[in-house]
Amino acid sequence: MDSDQGQRFLLERPKRKNPVLRTRLPTLPPAARSRIALGLTAAAAMGRFELQQCKDCGTVQYPPREACQKCLSVKLIWKILPDGGELLARTVLHHSNDLFFRERLPWHLGLVKLDCGPTVVAHLHDSVEKRVRIKAMLDRAGQAVLAALPEKEVNVAEDRQLREFSCDPKFRKVFITDGKTGLGQELVKKMASAGADLIWVGHSEPWKKFKGFDELAKIPQVTLLPLDLTDSKNVREVAAEIGAKVDIVVNNAEHHRAFGIANRAGIETARAEMDVNYFGLLRLAQELGPVMRARGADGQSSAVAWVNVLSIYALANFPPHGTFSASKAAAHSLAQCLRAEMRPAGVRVVNVFPGPIDDEWNQLQPPPKVTPAALAAAILRALQDGIEDVYPGDVAQEWLARWRDNPKALERELSA
Amino acid sequence: MNDFITKLTSGKIRVVDLTHTLSPEFPSISLPPEMGQAWPFRIEEVSRYDERGPAWYWNNFSCGEHTGTHFDAPIHWVSGKDVANGSVDTIPSRNFIGPAFVVDCSKEAAKDADFLLTKKHLLSFEKQHGRIAGRSWVLMRTDWYKRAGDPAAYQNYDETGQHTPGPDIDAVKFLVEERDVLGFGTETIGTDAGQAQHLRPPYPCHYYMHGAGRYGLQCLANLDQLPPTGAVVIAPPLKIQNGSGSPLRVLALVEGK
Ligand SMILES: [Zn+2]
Repeated sequence: MDSDQGQRFLLERPKRKNPVLRTRLPTLPPAARSRIALGLTAAAAMGRFELQQCKDCGTVQYPPREACQKCLSVKLIWKILPDGGELLARTVLHHSNDLFFRERLPWHLGLVKLDCGPTVVAHLHDSVEKRVRIKAMLDRAGQAVLAALPEKEVNVAEDRQLREFSCDPKFRKVFITDGKTGLGQELVKKMASAGADLIWVGHSEPWKKFKGFDELAKIPQVTLLPLDLTDSKNVREVAAEIGAKVDIVVNNAEHHRAFGIANRAGIETARAEMDVNYFGLLRLAQELGPVMRARGADGQSSAVAWVNVLSIYALANFPPHGTFSASKAAAHSLAQCLRAEMRPAGVRVVNVFPGPIDDEWNQLQPPPKVTPAALAAAILRALQDGIEDVYPGDVAQEWLARWRDNPKALERELSA
Repeated sequence: MNDFITKLTSGKIRVVDLTHTLSPEFPSISLPPEMGQAWPFRIEEVSRYDERGPAWYWNNFSCGEHTGTHFDAPIHWVSGKDVANGSVDTIPSRNFIGPAFVVDCSKEAAKDADFLLTKKHLLSFEKQHGRIAGRSWVLMRTDWYKRAGDPAAYQNYDETGQHTPGPDIDAVKFLVEERDVLGFGTETIGTDAGQAQHLRPPYPCHYYMHGAGRYGLQCLANLDQLPPTGAVVIAPPLKIQNGSGSPLRVLALVEGK
């Protein structure tokens, strides 16, 4: 054991890239996990710290296992547990045969005795002392790891080690696909205040000047780009123009109309929804995906994240917005494919499942509705915290709980 | 006919293309968002000498009937819904070719984007160039086509909608009832003015022309290359079953330089 804490890390604006040097290829931390251990990942993906607890004797288990380490019962239930603990020992890795860690040495690890029982190995935040809180985060391979943080609030993205698990926009370049909506404009503000260096903002139908255009254009980091996700040529040209610089994509462009099957004749509206929400994502992913994958390890401000604004209706169809729900379900499925394809480069695909957003197309939805500002804040937090499944707002949380409990029951309730 | 062929092959008759290129960025008509929308022009590659088709290049394209430089058939408008032979596939093909009278409104349109062409204006055109013949196209030259590279300027929207020139009610009624024209053509999106929904009836050119079984041509280009009289316009739309219109190539034959 070694108690060397090294130099305190301060996140600084990286120097401009030296164009003579080869861009480093992405490597991943060890990714193999048993099916049981993926329970930790499933919880971490939503920002939760869950461990198994024995239903019979109450023992909290770590690492995840098939049967209780104390009484051998197989009734082990994943539960959100108290995250407090005590740092027993710390060590610094100066050598590693793992390619990922080898490039990031020295690496600080610690043994933490959790208040809820088990002792775990955790990646250490730079300023941990005796008392710590454990946070489950996703690493670049998309697997859960445990991080030990100081008890006070910290931004993990500002920590040299834990930044590797986050997708913080600070000093990064962000591409927001639709600046015309309230959400798009709030996203721009949030990314700017979180320290993004450059923000490209798409807007379709450039002849229709939208509310908020002048305010957006005034933000120094912002460059407005005509962008219509239904136009392959346009998407290709925009990707060619900015793709090699984009570190974070937030695809918030969507087409939303409030129709089911019977109350809108024909398929034109549904097709327009699919064309933006599903094919738009596909076009964007085909054009931007490869270049972002190539930049998964491009220095401190590498390509890190792809955010899809989906909908909680992607999980279960909401018949009053039935065709929109279907398009979001299709987009969700495609986003899973994108996640699989981006993961080898360490680029995280963050899927966001909001309940109804407080916008013109949800005018007749009763509150609670998630405000564009709250949704943008949830997206920023997910990027900073190393989360990939985001269910922002009361409605999304409630639907998620009902869906996880019994998807068939939710289907029935929604069709009532 | 032999005389015509000689003039055509010798170049004494010029062919002027009055068509914009179909491209995704060409501005398309937009209606209030809750309404049904026409597809803008979109194009997807099928193969380009690659694994999807090694020796050939081709595309699939999609667009609405009223995209780009396009033809309006009588059944496009409710007033023309019962007109006999009112769809693009049933219009007599001789109506796809006809003489053109080109009314120059470019100065007026430059001064006032909402300029309305009046009957008075048409009468003074006739005084100068002769009577507008029956079964001919009347084309409103505004030089608006020169804005097409700048979609915002071409559409010319503000918070009260679109501001583009077009004919007023009396001008349209005069052309239909007193001159028996084939149709009316413009350089803007729509044969009617941008603010024509506020006229009575709204969209008078659509209403009267199509109601009387006449046609429309819109998003025309290069009208400034045509003489006021004497050109012949060839404008056959695609033969779409029961089609209300169609993108098309519009050509004008002009004798002399
Ligand atoms: Zn037990």
